[in-house]
Amino acid sequence: MATTEFTLDDLKRILREGAGADEGVDLDGDILDTGFEELGYESLALLETGGRIEREFGITLDDDVLTDAHTPRALIAAVNALLGVGAAA
Amino acid sequence: MSTAVVVTGLGVVSPNGLGTNDFWAATRGGKSGIGRITRFDPSQYPARLAGEIPGFVAEDHLPNRLLPQTDRMTRLALVAADWALADAGVTPAELPEFDMGVVTASHSGGFEFGQNELRKLWSLGSQHVSAYQSFAWFYAVNSGQISIRNGMKGPSGVVVSDQAGGLDAVAQARRQIRKGTALIVSGAVDASICPWGWVAQLAGGRLSASDEPTRAYLPFDADARGHVPGEGGAILVLESAEAARRRGAKVYGEIAGYGATIDPRPGSGGEPGLRRALETALADAGIRPDEVDVVFADAAAVPELDRAEADAINAVFGVGGVPVTAPKTMTGRLYSGAAPLDLAAAFLAMADGLIPPTVNTEPLPEYGLDLVGPQPRPAQVRTAVVLARGQGGFNSAVVVRGVE
Repeated sequence: MATTEFTLDDLKRILREGAGADEGVDLDGDILDTGFEELGYESLALLETGGRIEREFGITLDDDVLTDAHTPRALIAAVNALLGVGAAA
Repeated sequence: MSTAVVVTGLGVVSPNGLGTNDFWAATRGGKSGIGRITRFDPSQYPARLAGEIPGFVAEDHLPNRLLPQTDRMTRLALVAADWALADAGVTPAELPEFDMGVVTASHSGGFEFGQNELRKLWSLGSQHVSAYQSFAWFYAVNSGQISIRNGMKGPSGVVVSDQAGGLDAVAQARRQIRKGTALIVSGAVDASICPWGWVAQLAGGRLSASDEPTRAYLPFDADARGHVPGEGGAILVLESAEAARRRGAKVYGEIAGYGATIDPRPGSGGEPGLRRALETALADAGIRPDEVDVVFADAAAVPELDRAEADAINAVFGVGGVPVTAPKTMTGRLYSGAAPLDLAAAFLAMADGLIPPTVNTEPLPEYGLDLVGPQPRPAQVRTAVVLARGQGGFNSAVVVRGVE
C-alpha cells in the first residue's frame, strides 16, 4: 500500500478551508515553527482542522495530539507518524 | 431618579437599504425591499415572497477567519455593529473592556448555517459537521461574536421572545447601563431565509401566500392575509446620558420608557396584554398619551391581531388620537430585528421632522387608526412609541424621546 504523506501544503489548504486565514498572517511564509495561536487559530479552529485531516487521510487523531501539537511542524509529524510516513517534515 | 440611557450609534441592515443613509432614503421614499425569494427556489413552498437584503458581500466587510464560523445573520449583525460603533464615534479598543457589554435578541438563531451542517450530517456523516456548528447556529451567537470582535467583556446576553425580543433586549441593555456599565451594544439582526428557516416560519401559520409584492403584506387592511418575512434589523449603541455627554457624543435620543406583558391564556377571554405594555411604557417614561407624536405599529396583518393592536392603541390614545405608521410594510417582518429597526426609524424621523410612510395598505375605517399613508408625513417628532409582539403572547412597548 502506498503511503500518503501529510505535507505543509495540505495543512495550509485544510486550515484555509476549515477555519479561514488571518489577514495579518502570511501562511505561505516560514510558519513551520510558529505557534498556532500566533497564526490566529484557537482550539476550535484546530478541532475543525483535526476533523478534516481525519476525514481526508482516513486516520483517527487522539484528542491530545491536537492539544499537544502547538506548531505546524509538530502536527505534521504527529499525523505522518499515524500515516506510517517516517521522519517527514 | 434612574440614569437616563441614550442611543448614540445606529447600524442598519435592511431589505430596503444597507446602511442607515440608504435605509432612510428608501424608507422616506416608500421604496420596498419585498420580492420573490432569490436565495433558494421557493416555487414548491406555499409562501414565496420575502424581504431579502441585496448586495451584502460579507467578504468585503469581515476578516476571513470569521467567514467559516458565521451564519448570514451573524455576518450582518457584525457589520451592523461595526457601523453603529463608528457612527457613535466609539473605538472599543480604547475603552476598558469590562465597561462594554452586548445584549441582542434572536428569533431563530443561525438557520442557514445549521441547515448546511445538518445536510452534511445525514448525507456524509457526523465527521463532516463543522466544529463551528457548536455555536454558529445558537441564539446567543450574535452577542458573542460582537463581544469577541470588539473586546467587550461587560454584561452580555441574548433575549429570545420573537418579535418582542428586539425591544426586550434594548430594555435589558438599559438595565445593565443603569447598574453601571458605560456602554451596551444592543438591537437585533435575524436572517433565516433558507429552506429550513422557511418551513419553520411556515409552521407558525402567519405567512402571506400572495405572489404580489404590493398586495402580500397589508396590516390593518380588509385584505390582511398574514405577513411577509424579511431579514435584517438594526444594532444600536446605548450609553448613559452622562457618559455620552462627557465624551461629547452625538445623541439620537433617549430610551425613555419600557413595558412588557404576556397575553392571558388562549381561550380564557382575557384582554390581550398589549394595552398594559403600552401604558406601562408611558408611565415608565413619565409622559401622557397626548405627548406621543407617533406610534410604530407591530402590524401583524392577521385580522384578529390587527384588531387587538388597534384596540390597544385606541384605548390609550383615543380613536384616531395619534399618527400610526408601519414602515415594515417595506421590509417585511424582521422578527427580532424589526423593532430595533423601528427604533432607528423613530430617531431618524425625529431628526428629519418626518413620519415614514406605510405602503400598500388601505386601512379599514373600523380600526379607527390615523395610519400614515404611502407618503411620508411632515411632523415634529419628539416622542415616539414602538410596539412589538411575539408569537406566544409576548407584548413589548418602548418610548423614545428626543433630547434637548
